[in-house]
Amino acid sequence: MAFNYDEYVRTETIPHMWCPGCGIGIVMKAIIRAFTALQWDKNDIAFVSGIGCTSRMPGYMDMNTLHTTHGRALAFATGVKLAHPEKHVVVVGGDGDATAIGGNHLIHAARRNIDITLIINDNNIYGMTGGQYSPTTPGHMVASTAPYGMVEPNFDIAKLVMGAGATYVARETIAKGIMLEKYIRTGMAHKGFSVIVAESTCPIQFGRRNRLADPVELMHWVREHGVPKSKAARMEPEELQGKFVTGELFRDDSRPEFTEIYQQVIDQAMKKGE
Amino acid sequence: MSKKMKLYSGNEMVAQAAIAAGCRFFAGYPITPSSEIAERMSKMLPEVGGRFIQMEDELASMAAIIGASLAGRKSMTATSGPGFSLKQENLGFATIAEVPCVVVNVMRGGPSTGLPTTPSQSDVMQARWGTHGDHPIIALAPSYMREIFDETVRAFNLAEKYRTPVILLLDEIIAHLHEGVALPDADEIEIVNRKKPTVPPEEYQPYADTEDHVPPMANFFEGYRYHVTGLSHNQKGLPETNYEVVHNIQVRRQKKIDEHLDDILKWEEIDMADAEIAVLAYGSIGRSATDAVKQLRKEGVKVGLFRPLTIWPFPEKRVAKIAKQVKTIVVPEMNLGQIVLEVERVAKSDAKVIGINQVGGVMIRPREIVSKVKEVA
Amino acid sequence: MATAEVTAKPKAKKEPPVIEVIFENCKGCNICVDVCPTNVLELVKAPNKWEGYVVEVKYPEKCTKCMLCEIHCPDYAIKVY
Repeated sequence: MAFNYDEYVRTETIPHMWCPGCGIGIVMKAIIRAFTALQWDKNDIAFVSGIGCTSRMPGYMDMNTLHTTHGRALAFATGVKLAHPEKHVVVVGGDGDATAIGGNHLIHAARRNIDITLIINDNNIYGMTGGQYSPTTPGHMVASTAPYGMVEPNFDIAKLVMGAGATYVARETIAKGIMLEKYIRTGMAHKGFSVIVAESTCPIQFGRRNRLADPVELMHWVREHGVPKSKAARMEPEELQGKFVTGELFRDDSRPEFTEIYQQVIDQAMKKGE
Repeated sequence: MSKKMKLYSGNEMVAQAAIAAGCRFFAGYPITPSSEIAERMSKMLPEVGGRFIQMEDELASMAAIIGASLAGRKSMTATSGPGFSLKQENLGFATIAEVPCVVVNVMRGGPSTGLPTTPSQSDVMQARWGTHGDHPIIALAPSYMREIFDETVRAFNLAEKYRTPVILLLDEIIAHLHEGVALPDADEIEIVNRKKPTVPPEEYQPYADTEDHVPPMANFFEGYRYHVTGLSHNQKGLPETNYEVVHNIQVRRQKKIDEHLDDILKWEEIDMADAEIAVLAYGSIGRSATDAVKQLRKEGVKVGLFRPLTIWPFPEKRVAKIAKQVKTIVVPEMNLGQIVLEVERVAKSDAKVIGINQVGGVMIRPREIVSKVKEVA
Repeated sequence: MATAEVTAKPKAKKEPPVIEVIFENCKGCNICVDVCPTNVLELVKAPNKWEGYVVEVKYPEKCTKCMLCEIHCPDYAIKVY
């Protein structure tokens, strides 16, 4: 039965601005299916982003939307969450926004284990500004600021946030929309800092420069580079070179969540004053 | 009623006043000489059910207070020069998104790391123009302890009333010096809250023009579900590139402040009625200047003091009038000449404008102002 | 070996799913055509679309309602009822 996305969408803003074959639309729909499955009231959701193509998503979502400055979405979102810890706060960003300029806020949100869900649309490029390389642009692939090929090493975003303290980490490609929605939904339901990395496509800025301009070919390319974790566990490190692991990569329900910890501070301070 | 006098430092006063004004969220980062504000807020906020967080950097602090304000909590951050520079981008976001919040800058010697433990007034121009783009701003510059309390409360009220960030300028001298103050009772303090929408969500436009050019502000999670963006936007809050719409909204934001100067501007004058020379000073130097003017008057010099409490917008009309009345305006500042530029601009050729400038991290003493006034008298 | 007479009821003809392509939203990216396991869809030229292509439903009777086209369309341009 056709899914009704309209409930969570500012329908007057569709069709959206993303290019033909851009993976962001697929991620947006997976997020909405997750909201529906969780039965979250859109009035209780704050949807926050930074700057970039992915960060345009809040404009299309019918909820409390906040489109901030480059890389700073998690910091704004922390303020929103602390003002109303009982509400749902979801953050989206691209690979550049979330891991380059936003890197510091990423690791600290993870460290705090604040109950925010971050979905990173990783298309390995800075799309909005014309195709510059990002911390996840694969080695030797061409970008507008890497005309001789990318020579910087990459982040493994999942390992980065796990190391920093995130308590739910998952990765999936946009070629597997059903699984993507499942991980997003689980991350949102999880009480703590959840990160879902959506390995995605940018056919125009990334694809065109690397002979992957066709949206379908680029999607296949992304899918082929994903290895489910059960399979990856049986592979040698050399075989995993250049590939990324998909699935639910980490989950810890034992760590206390930040707003709950601070509530204890409030309780303690107010008791003292009595 | 307890009208006990108690010793407070300027920083402590800011924290007390913020809580009294209804501030329930503070996000900050340690930086001398403002850290005591954060320390005080970290203690006092949870006692009243508010929340404090020391964010990972200055940019995050500014971002967090904007987020909290959008979600309905009056919020504040505090910093000094280097941190103030870091906050500029998000400060600009607060101006275009029209989010009430208070940013305290306890000025210290600059530029760069400068003189962390000594005063200056060298961020005054930055308070006006630090963030890029056309944006009006309100900045206050108190001099005395009780005034710091009142101006902090006023900062919150102006922020709420005009949907704007308000910068509260202190400097290391008044931040750290202690004075005895009798605080007002809670019922003596006037609190202003943001205008709420009177229409249902379907009709609400978060950036629509109104009679006073201040759109009503719905908080997040109250059913209004609107879009807030740093992009140029239309009245609905959605990104807009139509040149007329964008221009008109910028003009409205400017009018929001420019058409309410009677409400926003505030100053103190001493002995200006028959003055032939005026001293224009603010912040801690306002204290030196007050002393100097009193001394000079005892010696028969016809000098008066104009001490702006609202430093941005600059009180142009009043200063222009003063320039027509007096021969000379002396502007002592702990910088190489910033507010003096505004005075020159406004005075035109009606009065001579002379600065007294000190950037070594020491106060400009009353005797220096006295001797300069006598020199130009 | 005697063959038993098999009287089989003719299979009831099921209504094929309704696949709706929202013309204004479709950007002709071809993803739905590619993910469809039974080749229901095809990309056709559309001179009056900026992207130049649009998706058409060619064999609706082959549709198994797997929903993959709808799930992977980035543009809210295809619905399967």
